[in-house]
Amino acid sequence: MMAYLVSLRAIVLREALRFVHQRSRFLAALVRPLVWLVVFAAGFRAALGLSIIPPYQTYITYEIYIVPGLCGMIQLFNGLQSSLSLVYDQEMGSMRLLLTSRLPRWWLLFSKLLAGTVVSILQVYVFLAVAAVFGITMPPLGYFYVFPALILSGLMLGSLGLLISSTIKQLENFAGVMNFVIFPMFFLSTALYPLWKMAESSPLLRDICAFNPFTHAVELIRFSLYESPNLEALIWVILSFAVFMGASLIGYDPARGMTLKKPR
Amino acid sequence: MSALSVSNVSYRFGPKLALDNVSFDLEMGRFCALLGPNGAGKSTLFSLLTRLLVTREGHITVAGHDLARKPRAALAQIGVVFQQQTIDLDMTVLQNLRYFAALQGLTGRDAERNIDAALDRLAMRERALEKARALNGGHRRRMEIARALIHSPKVLLLDEATVGLDTGSRKAITEHVHDLADNGLLVFWATHLVDEIRDGDDVVVLHEGKVVAHDSADTIAAGQPLIDAFLAMTRKEPAA
Repeated sequence: MMAYLVSLRAIVLREALRFVHQRSRFLAALVRPLVWLVVFAAGFRAALGLSIIPPYQTYITYEIYIVPGLCGMIQLFNGLQSSLSLVYDQEMGSMRLLLTSRLPRWWLLFSKLLAGTVVSILQVYVFLAVAAVFGITMPPLGYFYVFPALILSGLMLGSLGLLISSTIKQLENFAGVMNFVIFPMFFLSTALYPLWKMAESSPLLRDICAFNPFTHAVELIRFSLYESPNLEALIWVILSFAVFMGASLIGYDPARGMTLKKPR
Repeated sequence: MSALSVSNVSYRFGPKLALDNVSFDLEMGRFCALLGPNGAGKSTLFSLLTRLLVTREGHITVAGHDLARKPRAALAQIGVVFQQQTIDLDMTVLQNLRYFAALQGLTGRDAERNIDAALDRLAMRERALEKARALNGGHRRRMEIARALIHSPKVLLLDEATVGLDTGSRKAITEHVHDLADNGLLVFWATHLVDEIRDGDDVVVLHEGKVVAHDSADTIAAGQPLIDAFLAMTRKEPAA
């Protein structure tokens, strides 16, 4: 038992250290959502009217609406960026170090996932703090309730990254992942517009959004920030995590996924 | 009981047979070189031994543990140094060792004692707090070897561990691993460089996925320089 915790702590610490060393990555991770918040939301404020929908109890401005979506965006980028680091690690050999340990592989991969989640949560809180400086604040308890929600959404998005990393063979393919995974997931979700707004333009788009796991991650974050439960989003996020994690364990099973990779 | 036993192992990448019915037994306390030209199947064999790959054809046992049936017990007896560098250059020597000890599940006093022993083996106690980036290539490799031994395995696997090092560092490292073998470890050393092998060492010659010889270096050399015997064995047959 002790061995498991020690390895978990080491992996989390290493990920955090790497993040601290890469200051430019931290800055980029922070600037990206802030640009959306300050530039995009300010422009959209006039164009988009929002009615009162749960969990909001009053009319809100667009800046307030997109904050949870931007928290999700931080985690989405982070989850897939850790998967980038996994592909990179795999090539550099330190992933091999992980995979040849005598501890069970599923545990080490889960630890890696949790490490990425911890780093993403740090970023989310820094972002929320900066948003508060701009006057966009949440109910005080919301900042606490959102913590477990962020762990779940971070694990879910991280496991998606893990799944992708087990199928990509080369770094170059990652640009494709950006185009075909990150952007569609972000734009076809409730991060930027509520579902009913989507339905106005196309019912099909609404259905895609409602099926997108990222939508549920964002809604889970949104409801938690406003101290409201959202059971549906919670179940969706947990189920998606289970599916992505299970599939990536198959992907990293030496008898199956890894065999497809020819060592160079 | 042999330290490492490979019996009838084959492996395919699609239609290509990378390893063809490979078998050999290695004893504790020996230095055994896995000698083969590029593309002979050395890396594939190493991936199978470290369970990065798994095959259904054949069996591998490490210190009596079947790698397929008891992978964790078997992996616990293996220390491995890969061809690519696997050190985190932004972490200190000590942090790198601690990270690896934790990955192996070593805790508390065990971990500290083994890390201490590793630092002594490296003669690097006073540089423990330096970033790994500050070490030269030879020292980085030595550190990877010391790290691979942190969980006290019985078998040390090294895959072309001297690639990219200067002559002095290469010599120091080959001497170091020979000493480790004299102290009771099985050292299995993949290489294509004949000059790293001593007369009394065991040699497994791998060519096009097959074991073409397994004997002591002087027997294989049979009075001529080892390099000539090696080249004769691995000469490509002209296509029929």
